[in-house]
Amino acid sequence: MRALPVGDDALLIDVASGQDAEALHAELVRRRAEGLLSVREIVPAARTVLLDGLSDPGRLAAELTAADVPPAPARARDAVEIPVRYDGPDLAEVAAHWGVSPREAARIHAATEFRVAFCGFAPGFGYLTGLPSRYDVPRRATPRTAVPAGSVALAGPYTGVYPRSSPGGWQLIGTTDTVLWDHTRVPAALLAPGTRVRFVPEGRVGAV
Amino acid sequence: MTDRALVVVRAGALTTVQDRGRPGYAHLGVPRSGALDPPAAELVNRLAGNPPDAAVLETTLSGCALRPRSAVTVAVGGAPCRVSVDGRPAAWAAPVRVPAGALLDVGPAVRGVRSYVAVSGGFAVDPVLGSRSTDLLSGLGPDPLTDGTVLPLGPEPDPVTAYPRVDVAPQPCPPDELVLRVTLGPRDDWFTAEAVRAFTTRAYRVSAAGNRIGLRTEGVALERARPGELPSEGMVLGAVQVPPDGRPVVFLADHPTTGGYPVIGVVRTADLPAAAQAVPGTPVRFVAVRRR
Repeated sequence: MRALPVGDDALLIDVASGQDAEALHAELVRRRAEGLLSVREIVPAARTVLLDGLSDPGRLAAELTAADVPPAPARARDAVEIPVRYDGPDLAEVAAHWGVSPREAARIHAATEFRVAFCGFAPGFGYLTGLPSRYDVPRRATPRTAVPAGSVALAGPYTGVYPRSSPGGWQLIGTTDTVLWDHTRVPAALLAPGTRVRFVPEGRVGAV
Repeated sequence: MTDRALVVVRAGALTTVQDRGRPGYAHLGVPRSGALDPPAAELVNRLAGNPPDAAVLETTLSGCALRPRSAVTVAVGGAPCRVSVDGRPAAWAAPVRVPAGALLDVGPAVRGVRSYVAVSGGFAVDPVLGSRSTDLLSGLGPDPLTDGTVLPLGPEPDPVTAYPRVDVAPQPCPPDELVLRVTLGPRDDWFTAEAVRAFTTRAYRVSAAGNRIGLRTEGVALERARPGELPSEGMVLGAVQVPPDGRPVVFLADHPTTGGYPVIGVVRTADLPAAAQAVPGTPVRFVAVRRR
């Protein structure tokens, strides 16, 4: 673990893996909840956690790099269930990449327990991890100019659900009617870092 | 029907509602947003008798024109510009009483980029996650103004309990040369030693392609010391990200919460209001400073 200073009042904690980032994020959120850490933003990402708005980043850097970080708690609360129709235009291509049938690809995806590693790209867009690395898929060579809201998509090691229509280069494997982001709702984001997620198939697998 | 509202007669090139933004939600992918020149926004609020965090309008280069439905006190600050009420010249950076139905014209910026318009009572659009700011990256908050938009106003501040008003206030002049103090890192090691030296010694210019997301610059391209991609990581206000074209981009209020291009340094927050007022072509120097 390395703590890199960012400006005058932030730290970027660099860790070895996505799992380490999730564990560190959980630990930092716990410390803040217990009043042991005063910070404006805790932003987890692929291999880092950013702490922004610290009063004494130097001291915290020394403290964190000396501390042991426990693994992320396995079952903080129930998993969020997202009903999905595995009808995405790239399902066949993803299945071919995995060397299985589209029906089997859907089954593998729906049997996986995911966890929101971090959010970004748009409000409410979560980067979900959980698929074994042999199921990593490349981004599309040419991004789509408009991916519909509710598209369930894969890129690299991640699954994501587009909260609203936007351009995007991920492989679309399904569709959900679940609202990922609603600023009039509390909380506005269905998925926050650390949330566990399951995709529940709806209707006939592979139907188009 | 309330007459605590005003009609946008001329929206200008880009006029948005801004307050102090919505910090604290970066982990959900929500940019902080808020006025790009916060001292100017606070000052016009003080002049109008508002609390410092009331929502104001932020114009871009070409000003705007507004017609309040009831008498209000307004104040215009930030980028200097001509102010008039029903065609008669009115004061800039001072409280101006605008009668009901009169036309307040906020002229194009004479210098600088963004003028701020406070109206007594503040703009009372519905807040999103605690803020009325328009976030142009993710589309949260009210849409940018268009001609004919009707904006609701909060109640006129009670003269007894209102924030103490100031009658005139000095404001910094938009910069002829933008000097941005930077602390290096966290990813300065992704660049050659020569690139880091060039970044902090060579002259850059403000590009016309900048916006509320970032101040883009033109100048010597910064060469990377290592190939490959950086996994996405959290970004802070003032981060100087270097995209593949090698030209530094300084992140402003609507910046993305995570990004994958390496950050060579971070500009001191105190220097960002001047960055928001630097017109395209303004010379920029990045000066390396030690961390406090």
